Amino acid sequence: MKPTLLTGNGAAARGVRLAGIDYLPAFPITPQTEIIETLAQWIQAGEMDCRMVTMDSEHSMITAAGTAAATGVRVFTATSSQGLLYGMEMIYTVAGWRAPFVLVNVSRALSSPITLEPDHNDVLAARDSGFLQIHCSTCQEVLDAVLLAYRLGEDERVRLPVIVNLDGYYLSFTREPVLIPSRKEAARFLAPYDPGETHFRAGDPVSQGVAVLGGSQYSYFRYETHLASIQALSVFNEICREYEKITGRVYEAVEGYRTTDAEIVFFMLGSFATKAKDAVDHLRKTGLKVGLVRPRLFRPFPAQAIIRHLADKKGVAVVDQNLSQGKGGILHAELSSILYNEERRPCVLVSFIGGLGGRDISVEEFFEMARVTVQAAESGKTPAPRLLYTHEELARMRGLQSIAGNRSPGH
Amino acid sequence: MIAEITRIRHKYLRHDKKFPHVWCPGCGIGIVLGSLIRAIDGLGLAKNDLVLASGIGCSGRLPAYVDFNTLHTTHGRALTFSTGIKLANPSLNVLTVMGDGDATAIGGNHFIHAARRNLNLTAIIINNQIYGMTGGQYSPTTPYGSNSTTSPYGHIEHAFSIADLAVTSGASYVARGTVYHVPALDKLISRGIEKEGFSVIEIMTNCHTQYGRRNEMSDPVTMMKWFKDHAVTTTRAKKMSPEELKGKFSIGVLTDIDKPSYTEEYQKIRDRAKGREVKS
Ligand SMILES: Cc1ncc(C[n+]2csc(CCOP(=O)(O)OP(=O)(O)O)c2C)c(N)n1
Ligand code: SF4
Ligand SMILES: [Mg+2]
Repeated sequence: MKPTLLTGNGAAARGVRLAGIDYLPAFPITPQTEIIETLAQWIQAGEMDCRMVTMDSEHSMITAAGTAAATGVRVFTATSSQGLLYGMEMIYTVAGWRAPFVLVNVSRALSSPITLEPDHNDVLAARDSGFLQIHCSTCQEVLDAVLLAYRLGEDERVRLPVIVNLDGYYLSFTREPVLIPSRKEAARFLAPYDPGETHFRAGDPVSQGVAVLGGSQYSYFRYETHLASIQALSVFNEICREYEKITGRVYEAVEGYRTTDAEIVFFMLGSFATKAKDAVDHLRKTGLKVGLVRPRLFRPFPAQAIIRHLADKKGVAVVDQNLSQGKGGILHAELSSILYNEERRPCVLVSFIGGLGGRDISVEEFFEMARVTVQAAESGKTPAPRLLYTHEELARMRGLQSIAGNRSPGH
Repeated sequence: MIAEITRIRHKYLRHDKKFPHVWCPGCGIGIVLGSLIRAIDGLGLAKNDLVLASGIGCSGRLPAYVDFNTLHTTHGRALTFSTGIKLANPSLNVLTVMGDGDATAIGGNHFIHAARRNLNLTAIIINNQIYGMTGGQYSPTTPYGSNSTTSPYGHIEHAFSIADLAVTSGASYVARGTVYHVPALDKLISRGIEKEGFSVIEIMTNCHTQYGRRNEMSDPVTMMKWFKDHAVTTTRAKKMSPEELKGKFSIGVLTDIDKPSYTEEYQKIRDRAKGREVKS
């Protein structure tokens, strides 16, 4: 099979087309818009049998996606950044309905200040909602993740909506060779949606969105959703093996790269992990035993697989492309919490914040992170969390501030 | 004349920092910017007392170019930012620039409620009948039957009239202008800024790039000509029959009424609470 050059957005659209969706509520936002535009063109050309409606905001878009899914049809929608946050009320609400659909989020950093370029604060804001999350690092993965997401979310042991995340610009607008499964292959993996009891049907009325007071019923339903999410871990592994049989492509909830004999490991999400792999290869040539661990599945959090990958490592450099204001890196906190009780936990976790608002992380910076982590492991002293930011950048920033007439409380 | 234009530009624009601007050649938003700074200059308003807030979109970029207090906010929320500023500091002149999508789709609720409350704000709505910035998707003002990237077979929804919506929602001053009728536009904006209470100036603007090209008006001149041929002044419209008015739109002042603004009423309550005498 010959690969096709596709952008991340194009790959997402291809996946959606292969999934044979029935309904697409949409609302434009950069850098996502290309996905809905591509799908719109296919619908217009009669190549996709699907209804598409542009709504008046993401709030109504996510609502429409949830309600359509609750009627038992296959639904897709996409957004980014401010759009995901604007629809956040409904993200929680529709997750509780247990009506599965797929939402592609093309990561873009949040206001303020305003930007168009990516980091992960947008998608991580949906972390606790009940949506499952698959994070991609290549365009191939984006296409495959869309198909996996439908299988996963629709599985009767799960029944939850899924966010597939790709980084704006670095993936959304970058062309990479992608193998596109044939219609037949896709259909073998993903049968038409059987919504089971989830439907709105004349003659069989159901009542949804019922209020519960007193806490007991509320606790029950929230915990049920949590258990369904946890259940999705084994289902994910199961369907990945099936996908591998059909396409030959191997996916696991956690990707490990050169980790077996590694002493130092990078731990991170998303497309910058491909740069980390490059750094790993370079560092290996210098004799340093380095590897990479990257969760693909972020919700549910694949704790056991991560613990296995990191067992007995000397040090982990956690690269957070997000910032929880007043706390630090979100991934660092998540990782710490699962390792605390583990006997074979790594000696040190070093926290780095990088790639905010689309700032690049250079290979040299990966070298530096490895160096700092080695030092921490040897000395047993964990350094303070560090923002990846160069002296040149700071000097440029100071220059801009002097033009603007610096009135901000600087440091 | 040239000296005058240069004087205004240097006084009100961030001419040495922010240009060239991002708009397409021939875009009508630049004409709106010109009208706005002429109106402000004519009123002799102090730059320090002026605030210009905008949402997100091609129209939302406008505050980047002017040299007074500016705020580039989030899509749809510009009026709520302005509300906060005005209520905390009523002595400021607060202007709000929005696109048609900004003001009537994702931010539609804020718009009707700001008008209903009759906040003492000036809303300048740049109506190019499309989502310009994101690639030409239909907006709530895209005309029935016209083409956009999301209505390739012709739009099947009906459009809002922004000005009529403002009138029925309770705004004190509502006017409509176009980027073709520029001297009139200067005056409409100027009157809107002066007015106590919520004032709305809807400005019909050419987005030939995203709207025009899909609707047989691919250049600014054709779109200007369309504005020229389809706009009727409110005075003339009164004398025309519904038949004659079909397909046309009116320009000029649609409403100019006096009623207490929210800002004044609120001040009265404060004064009363402090035991001061209330001016009637
Ligand atoms: C919450 C949110 N959703 C979507 C967007 C993406 N977006 C940016 S501008 C825009 C529409 C712009 O249309 P309009 O308000 O008419 O302004 P114009 O560009 O036409 O001047 C959209 C949907 C956003 N910035 N924030
Ligand atoms: S896309 Fe339209 S509104 Fe935006 S700058 Fe170009 S002409 Fe103006
Ligand atoms: Mg517009």
